[in-house]
Amino acid sequence: MINAATTRDQAKVMGRFDITKRLVAKLQHDEAVIGGIGHTNWDLWASGRRPQNFYMLGSMGLAVPIAMGVALAQPDRKVFALEGDGSILMQLGSLATVAHQKVRNLAIVIMDNGIYQITGGQPTATGLGTDVVAIARGAGLAQAAWATDEAHFEALMDQALAEPGPFLVGVRTDEQKPFGQTERDPPQLRDRFMRGLGVKT
Amino acid sequence: MTTWWEIVRDVLKRNEVKLVTYVPDNVLNPLIKAIHADSYFNAFVTAREEEALGIVAGAWMGGMRGIVLMQTSGFATLPNAIASLALPYQIPVLMMVSERGTLGEFNVGQATVARTMRPVLDAMGMEHHTMTRLDEADFILDRTIRQAVTTQQPACLILSPLLTGGKAP
Repeated sequence: MINAATTRDQAKVMGRFDITKRLVAKLQHDEAVIGGIGHTNWDLWASGRRPQNFYMLGSMGLAVPIAMGVALAQPDRKVFALEGDGSILMQLGSLATVAHQKVRNLAIVIMDNGIYQITGGQPTATGLGTDVVAIARGAGLAQAAWATDEAHFEALMDQALAEPGPFLVGVRTDEQKPFGQTERDPPQLRDRFMRGLGVKT
Repeated sequence: MTTWWEIVRDVLKRNEVKLVTYVPDNVLNPLIKAIHADSYFNAFVTAREEEALGIVAGAWMGGMRGIVLMQTSGFATLPNAIASLALPYQIPVLMMVSERGTLGEFNVGQATVARTMRPVLDAMGMEHHTMTRLDEADFILDRTIRQAVTTQQPACLILSPLLTGGKAP
């Protein structure tokens, strides 16, 4: 299933907030989630605060590396990176690093609407034809797929939760406005996250 | 006689700095080899210095200490990630930079980018020290790590050619 040979063009365009809520609803074991900057992050915030969520306020492109670091430090916890297409295009090399380090407890979800929505809707490379899932496979992430619709996304998340990764799932998303905005208090965001991971008590 | 890279390896271990991410460099090579040869460490190469910093930042939040190794030109790619992740979130990312661009540099590009390093560190208000002598190496590294961890601030160690021999034509 995870290796279904669907291309970006064949994947259904879905609601980013709806997809985010579907993922969060599946997290029953204090799984960590790293929200990359932009609307991806804001919808994660709006989907309900969890102490195991980390909300970025800059460092565009680093959701995957941050999630990888958490995953290496806590190998028994499943870690999700939620990243946008514009962001992942900045750190494509990080997919190769995740692949060669075979980070078993890491799943990457790319919310791909093909535009830099937050800066006015200019097209990203994915909107001009680049297929991030194909790049991920080329980087060595064998378990990479497009979610063809909502039910398929849920099945892929079930697989990512149950089986050893790393995984990468591409989701084509719409241009809906985000449903909230994160707090802008970085030390508090970090402190809450570390307590959520049991690093601080 | 103990070498600089053996001192660095031992001080990292003593301070439980287990994760080492790096973009390789000729001067750092003996340290990278020594770290890979020691099963205490989890060490691996990244494609980019920013990525290496992000991994160490995430690992800190997950309870594991780490350090990023790079050369001078690599540091020049980091100010945004330091300014928008390590500093505001108060994450003690440790960095070790092998200093190119001075004391016998042969590449003018390295020489120019090297002159941006300390002003950038100062502009961000970051703790940084240049390691020049074998007999001071343990003290400087050990105390810098301890200060970074207890104050929750990133810190940068610069390995001078005076310590390492550098890279000369």
